Amino acid sequence: MSWWTPQLAAILWAMFQALVILLGAVLLGAVLTVVERRLLGLWQDRYGPNRVGPFGSLQLIADMIKIFFKEDWIPPFADRSLFVLAPVIAFASLLLSFIIIPITPGWGVSDLHIGLLFFLAMAGINVYAVLLGGWASGNKYALLGALRASAQTLSYEVFMGLSLMGVVALAGSFNLRDIVAAQQDLWFIIPQFFGFATFLIAGIAVTHRHPFDQPEAEQELADGYHVEYSSMKFGMFFIGEYVGMLLVSSLIVTLFFGGWHGPWLPPILWFAIKTGFFLMLFILLRAALPRPRYDRVMSFGWKICLPLTLINLLVTGAVILLVTPNA
Amino acid sequence: MELAFYLSGLVAVLATLGVITGTSPVHSVVYLIVSLIAVALVFFALGAPFAGALEIIVYAGAIMVLFVFVVMMLNLRSDTRTDQPWLHPRQWLGPATLALVLLVAIMVLLARGSPGTLIDGELLTARSVALTLFGPWLMVVELSAILLLAALVTASHVGRRNNPLHKRKRGGNP
Repeated sequence: MSWWTPQLAAILWAMFQALVILLGAVLLGAVLTVVERRLLGLWQDRYGPNRVGPFGSLQLIADMIKIFFKEDWIPPFADRSLFVLAPVIAFASLLLSFIIIPITPGWGVSDLHIGLLFFLAMAGINVYAVLLGGWASGNKYALLGALRASAQTLSYEVFMGLSLMGVVALAGSFNLRDIVAAQQDLWFIIPQFFGFATFLIAGIAVTHRHPFDQPEAEQELADGYHVEYSSMKFGMFFIGEYVGMLLVSSLIVTLFFGGWHGPWLPPILWFAIKTGFFLMLFILLRAALPRPRYDRVMSFGWKICLPLTLINLLVTGAVILLVTPNA
Repeated sequence: MELAFYLSGLVAVLATLGVITGTSPVHSVVYLIVSLIAVALVFFALGAPFAGALEIIVYAGAIMVLFVFVVMMLNLRSDTRTDQPWLHPRQWLGPATLALVLLVAIMVLLARGSPGTLIDGELLTARSVALTLFGPWLMVVELSAILLLAALVTASHVGRRNNPLHKRKRGGNP
């Protein structure tokens, strides 16, 4: 067995990990759609989907069968190539971001040393999914949703990057493994509370989750940018939203809550528990909050969150220089 | 790395050709985004991932969104008629001659350059970029920051709601 070298084994192991994380992210995204509906039902004092299988557990399979066998319709007035491209961008850009997330000390796809910047780049590309999808649909509601989405995402991405720079300054690295290692003794939620608060808000806004789902507000826009999409193309937008939720939750855990660190339990469990907590928070926010007006959303982003992140970054830098003047 | 360099360079050239040959404005902008991402990959292949990431975040992720935004707002459809006058030799002869001079210059430079330059160099991390920017080039960084601030103030001044210029046009409407 001369071909079985340690190098080949390492490559195969890395590929296996990447595959498991990829499939895990997609599957969890799909499962979350049902979990969200059940939890919304619970919190809003109604049943939710409980008919298919015991306690509604087979609802996911029913949904998948439905979505796969629906007619995959492209409107004749749509711009075909961009119409097909948009959901692919929506799905792929978010999935690719999972590359940088270290799940446990031994698990994770890649140790990019520009880790966080890679996430920001993918978030930047993700805007085009909504923008192009809305434009290519040739529908005015879709176009309005796309314009709203691009304005909102641009505004919130500005301070999303800034809110993370405090963490980067404290850890001294863009690499997420270094950031997790730097939180061995103290989670960054404590020195970077404002960074956490603004990143949470920006994360919700960038994934277009409620209460920042202006681009697809049902009452005004009849579903916004994906109003013309059906079947699996809609499915990609739909699952992509939940994959985005999963991504932002795991990023929050990695950046502010010590990643896999925690007493007694194995690292993978700690990571899962913390991520699950933030997924629940995302769903609870949707269950509990009304949708704000669009101009309020924009002015909140620019007038409150952006100055807050700038001041946070300034104070963080000053404190770091005070504590370690020779660094 | 060399293969990645040449492949992404090829994609960048083809995508840029798509930009100027396409008739639909939105398609052209999408080609331009692809071209920028390909250039970012060229940076990655050259061992400057920081520059590559910034290329995607700033150019592909922010500036091009504004381009797409404006093209959508103007609702331009594919229209070849407006291009016809531009194809007249009188229009493109001057710029083409100037571009030809540049092409000759770069050809001469490439022919004279050392052929042994390798694509694999040392890795330029965020740390080294930051130390260069905020060390010897600090003055330039500060000056460009002031320039951007001035642009911001100007934009906010021009766009403010009770701008006297707007007031005159709308007949006293605030």
